[in-house]
Amino acid sequence: MQRKRNQRTGAFGEEVVSQYLISQCAEIVERNWRIREGEIDIIALYPSGIFAFIEVKTRSSVAFGHPFEAINREKAHRMQRLALGWLATHGCLGCEYQIDVAAVLIAADGSHTIEYRAGVL
Amino acid sequence: MSLAHTQSIALLGLDGHLVTVEVDIADGLPMYSLLGLPDAALSESRDRVRAAIVNCAEIWPNRKVTVSLSPAWLPKSGSSFDLAICIAILSAHETIAPDSISDVVFLGELALDGRIRSVRGVLPALIAAKKSGIKIAVVPTANYQEAKLMQGVEIIAMGHVKQVLRWLRTGEREIADEIDLDWQPSDELLDFADVAGQPQARLAAEIAATGGHHILLIGPPGAGKTMIAERIPTILPTLTITQALEVTAVHSIAGSFVSRSPTSLIAPIVSPHHTTTRVAMVGGGAHVIKPGACSLAHHGVLFIDEAPECPSGVLDSLRQPLEAGTITIARSIGNVTFPAQFLLVLAANPCPCGKFTGRGRNCTCSSQQVRRYLGRLSGPLMDRIDMRVQVDPVGRVDMARTDLGESSADIRARVIAARKVASERFSDYNWSLNSQIPSRALRTVFQPQRDAMNFLHDELDKEHITARGLHKIIRVSWTLADIKGHGVPTLDDVQMAHTLRGGSEL
Repeated sequence: MQRKRNQRTGAFGEEVVSQYLISQCAEIVERNWRIREGEIDIIALYPSGIFAFIEVKTRSSVAFGHPFEAINREKAHRMQRLALGWLATHGCLGCEYQIDVAAVLIAADGSHTIEYRAGVL
Repeated sequence: MSLAHTQSIALLGLDGHLVTVEVDIADGLPMYSLLGLPDAALSESRDRVRAAIVNCAEIWPNRKVTVSLSPAWLPKSGSSFDLAICIAILSAHETIAPDSISDVVFLGELALDGRIRSVRGVLPALIAAKKSGIKIAVVPTANYQEAKLMQGVEIIAMGHVKQVLRWLRTGEREIADEIDLDWQPSDELLDFADVAGQPQARLAAEIAATGGHHILLIGPPGAGKTMIAERIPTILPTLTITQALEVTAVHSIAGSFVSRSPTSLIAPIVSPHHTTTRVAMVGGGAHVIKPGACSLAHHGVLFIDEAPECPSGVLDSLRQPLEAGTITIARSIGNVTFPAQFLLVLAANPCPCGKFTGRGRNCTCSSQQVRRYLGRLSGPLMDRIDMRVQVDPVGRVDMARTDLGESSADIRARVIAARKVASERFSDYNWSLNSQIPSRALRTVFQPQRDAMNFLHDELDKEHITARGLHKIIRVSWTLADIKGHGVPTLDDVQMAHTLRGGSEL
């Protein structure tokens, strides 16, 4: 039950961020690309031709700390490996890319805020 | 702008360096890096600062925080940078105007709830701050008394980060109570009036206090050696303000204000146990170089009870500071010089069982043991001791007397008068105590009367004394002459000094 709710929260956050990216004129290339090492939430292509690999963290309270705090160095490096993996399997190795993170905070009244940080590595 | 800087002080021994604490907050994943060779306690500042900021209802920046302590090559240690880091982070986060803190020195350790805790070395840090042209310093309330000794820097005592923030944002602050700097010696618990009898040891203590002559008290347990030694600070003149600042600075580094008030004008006494190590005696340490017992006794008395029980080497480590008046400690992080001008008072039993006095009837030691025991005090060290005084067991006559001996105040008055005579005599020279007269000056300008010199030369011929011993005797005889009001040491003074030296070479 709890797990299902968390999954719904996560999916909501990813949807919100996708909308945000589209509003920024980016093209969503793929959502929830998954291999054995892990998952990339959103892969987007900016108008400038840069691929962005986005990790979305969604929280309904900051009781367990800020969403960005859940992304430590190891996680960031894993994202980089996954990004390279995606680029390799799609024949884009050598393309310019960056790792972005997005934090979605859902308030008690259902409204949400997005914090977006580009190029964190 | 997400860049801010403020000031703090890094201490290496007594030398302070102004350290600029810079904070940059950049976009990126939440991260905190502290640059500038921090030690373990300083690296932990991150968690203290963060908890303090959050618990003061301020916002911790969930970004990439880089804290740089410059100069970067200087190793930094301790928790005293907490406050400066905290304030710089909040300023970089644009909650404090950056100009208000860029020329202020912040010292203090943070508690998790934002209270500011006391730190070591506030006075030496402020001395360095003043030298660097700093006008305002924020110190923990608990260190206010010590900090107030520093003239020429505005001292702001703060007990909580919230107070600091209110001051920086609105200019309001509670004025801390003015500390009474009366510089008066507090009431003395010890007094020479407590000592029964012991005329010779009393005289020796007075001479030691007057001329700065080092002294060895030899006597059986219970005769009063420790009593006498502990009371020597009570007959020393009170410290001058310059001396008191030096003493307080050293004690501040050691963090030893539990036993001594920072505003005390009384000469310190330090009595390390005879099991003490060399490092504890002269100072040392790998990360923070702390002063040892001989520096804590600066301008005061270093009293070592049961001196022959000291491990070999510990007492001999005092030879160099005895000679130089300072001690330089070399470690990988740097060289540190502490002052170490002290009056050395050693106490010893005459033999391992302690009963070899008078006729030595109750002594159970073999003659070889007796000889060996005091022989543990090395020759070169004993050579620096001017007086070796027998403290005999108190007899029934002295114990039965109801009138008390002379009080410390009376003796101190004589000591001050005699020191004044000496310092006037030495006004043209760069020393002020009789024990500091160089031997060259002793043979030329400061000779005792002729018959006294003849006596000494005879003793030298008979090989009862050495050339070095001769000089020591003359120095003590000058102090005796000062006490008695003789212009130049007489034969009497010299003979007395000869007796006090213990006659033969030990």
